[in-house]
Amino acid sequence: MVLEDTRALPFFNRGPSAVARLVFFSVLSLLLLFVDARYRYLESTRQVIAIIIYPLQRLTALPGELWHGSTEYISLQSHLVARNEQLRLQHDADAAQLKQFEAVLNENAQLRALLEVKQRADYTVLAAQIVYLERDIFKRKLLVDIGEQAGVQAGQAVVDNQGVVGQVTRTFPWLSEVTLVTDKDNVVPVQVVRNGLRAAVFGLGNISEMELRYQPVGVDIEVGDELVTSGLDGTYPSALPVAKVIRIERDPAYPFAHIICVPLAGVDRHRTLLVVSSVSSLPPRPPDSATEDGSRSKRLTKRGVR
Amino acid sequence: MKSLLSPDREFLLPASRRFIFATFIVAVLLEWLPWQGWALAARPDFVALMLLYWCTHKPHRVGIGTAWVLGILVDVADASLFGQHALAYSVLAFGGLVLNRRVQMFSLKEQSAHVFGLLLVGYAIYALVHWQVRGFVVWEYFFGSLTSALLWAPLTLFIQMLRRPRRNPNEL
Repeated sequence: MVLEDTRALPFFNRGPSAVARLVFFSVLSLLLLFVDARYRYLESTRQVIAIIIYPLQRLTALPGELWHGSTEYISLQSHLVARNEQLRLQHDADAAQLKQFEAVLNENAQLRALLEVKQRADYTVLAAQIVYLERDIFKRKLLVDIGEQAGVQAGQAVVDNQGVVGQVTRTFPWLSEVTLVTDKDNVVPVQVVRNGLRAAVFGLGNISEMELRYQPVGVDIEVGDELVTSGLDGTYPSALPVAKVIRIERDPAYPFAHIICVPLAGVDRHRTLLVVSSVSSLPPRPPDSATEDGSRSKRLTKRGVR
Repeated sequence: MKSLLSPDREFLLPASRRFIFATFIVAVLLEWLPWQGWALAARPDFVALMLLYWCTHKPHRVGIGTAWVLGILVDVADASLFGQHALAYSVLAFGGLVLNRRVQMFSLKEQSAHVFGLLLVGYAIYALVHWQVRGFVVWEYFFGSLTSALLWAPLTLFIQMLRRPRRNPNEL
């Protein structure tokens, strides 16, 4: 016999029927969806709920962090020695390069002073730990452990030691959401290092590939070309590595060449990222009649990042 | 072993409000573990499963309202649109309520098939909303409904085990 009370007895009032409830809550959900997708009125509500669930979220991240810490702790002595040796060699090589770099920097400063060019504004960086990678399979996003309390603002660029990772798209008091450059239709204005050609690189929603769109078939781009940020959008500082061209298909049947790049930043390899506080304020953009170079990529970025 | 195959034909403790709440907390925590890569694609939707369990076993305790609130919580944690999970879970809970007497007639294996169908509908609603708003669908996402359905039998057995009355140490 079923001993549980699973039958609906008609003489007890159970409130509105299941269908009525379904309709009510569905309409409520759809309304919220519409408001959230069209207008951004619900951000404050989202923040309040995010604060409430923040301790629980940190709790769930704990096992992973413990695992990470313990594997590091018990790594073999021989590994450490080899690694140490390798790092020392790397350090020597880097030190030599750094000296060169300092010399170049000094020379550059001098030249700039001579030319009375405005100094490119320095930007400050904040270190951030990744709390979550891609919460949702549809999106290329991650959450880092600094937020409004640390002065992070939506729109700031996020980099690691190898290149651009993405952009802060939403901030909570102690967390920030970062959209990766590989997110579907995310756009970064770039420049080819070899010849200075300006272009825009688009995310494909796939973590290992990006695409350089709207380049004519005969464009001067080769496999292996490095792409760095051009700094024209006022979001990313200039000259940060973004991607490397790995495949080019020039089919005369199409108006544009099909150029595939691989992102340089190692999102899946590090736990620490840097949030770059906003670049020097650019002069306000003139009305649309201006035909300044790169205005197209700027517009694309705005649309892509939203 | 007979009792394992037809777990509803034995006497179970009434599920207290606190017990139901605790199971939902555990489900949400499991869902928030840092899943990545393939594990993320195959991640079972623990909250949806727990919801279905209570909707089919205690339909007067847990209903569409609970489902909606849980959906909002998951929406915030997953940074999805407000109401996306809420809508999917509401429909899922409705399916569980409508089919609750029917599902309980079957063995666990057959129940899993029912649950798979319900989950597929829930997943489809989530993907549909995403497609409407952002214009594309990731098909690996549906893989999660399969792993969730496979988890139905272990989950049911586990919760039935927790709800079984403890033997009184003073008897005999």
